[in-house]
Amino acid sequence: MFDLSGMTALVTGASGGIGSAIARALVQQGATVALSGTREDALKAVAAEIGGKTVILPCNLGDAEAVDGLIPRAVEALGGKLDILVNNAGVTRDNLIMRMKDEEWDQVISVNLEAAFRLIRAAAKPMMKARFGRVITITSIVGTTGNPGQANYAASKAGLVGMSKALAQELASRNITVNCVAPGFIASAMTDVLADAQKEALLGKIPAGKLGEGGDIAAAVVYLASQEASYVTGQTLHVNGGMAMI
Amino acid sequence: MSETAERVKKIVVEHLGVEAEKVTEEASFIDDLGADSLDIVELVMAFEEEFGVEIPDDAAEKIATVKDAISYIESHKG
Repeated sequence: MFDLSGMTALVTGASGGIGSAIARALVQQGATVALSGTREDALKAVAAEIGGKTVILPCNLGDAEAVDGLIPRAVEALGGKLDILVNNAGVTRDNLIMRMKDEEWDQVISVNLEAAFRLIRAAAKPMMKARFGRVITITSIVGTTGNPGQANYAASKAGLVGMSKALAQELASRNITVNCVAPGFIASAMTDVLADAQKEALLGKIPAGKLGEGGDIAAAVVYLASQEASYVTGQTLHVNGGMAMI
Repeated sequence: MSETAERVKKIVVEHLGVEAEKVTEEASFIDDLGADSLDIVELVMAFEEEFGVEIPDDAAEKIATVKDAISYIESHKG
C-alpha cells in the first residue's frame, strides 16, 4: 500500500519541520523528491539526512518570477515529469488587526496563497499532459477555526482550501487530485516560539494530550499522494489530535 | 492542404486521440471531436507553442472548428 516507486515530487518549505518530514516520508515510499526552500544550507542538511533520491531547488516564494520558474526547474531536475506537488511552505506575521501592517498582510498572502496558485498553475500543464497528478497543500486548523492575531494567516489558509476545491473540480477528469492536509498544533519552529503557558493552554484543548509530529502530517500526505487515494479529491484531511472535529 | 493545416490537424489528432479522418476542416472540436473545455485550453496552448503565436482568451473563445484554428494561426503567425 501507498507505494510511490517511480514517482517524482516537489515539496516547498522542505527545510522546515513538517516539510522535511514530508520529503523523508515520500522518499521512504519510493519517490524522488525535489526539496525547495529559501535556505540552501538547510536544504542540503535535510537532503544529507534523508540520504539520496533528492535534489535541491532553492527558491524565494515571495518572488513571483522565481516561483513561476520553479516548476520547470523541478520537471527538469526530476527527469522530465512531476507527479506530486506539495505546497507546504508558509509564513506567519501575527498581529492584531488594528496593528497589522500592509506588509504583514501582503507577505503572508503572497507566500502562502499566491505562490501556491502560481505553482499549481504551472504544474497543471505537465500533469494534464501526463493524465496524472497529485496536488497536496498543507493548510492549517486555523483556516477553519480562525485564531486571534492571525487574520492574514487564517485568510491565506482558508483561501487555499477554496482554491483547492475549485481546482479539484477543474482537474478531476484528468486524473489529477487536489487535496489539503490541515495540521493542528505540530511541534515545529512555529510552535517552539510559543511561551510555556501558551503551550499548556493549548494542550488542554487537544484530546490526544500532546502536540503532533511532522511524521503525522507526512503520513497524511503519503496517503493522498498514493494510487490508493485516487478517488479522494477536493478534501481537507484534518490531522490535529481531535482538537477540532470538522 | 496548407502546411499550417497539416500541423494543426496533427496536434488535434495527438491531443484528442481521434482518428485523422475525423479531423476535417469543418469539424467542431466540441460537437464532432468530443473535446471538453480543458481539451480546448490544452489545444490552444499547444497551438501557441507550435506556431509561436499568442491566442488571447477572447480569440480562443471564437475558435470552434478546425478551420477556425487554422485561419487564426495563418493570419497571426509571424
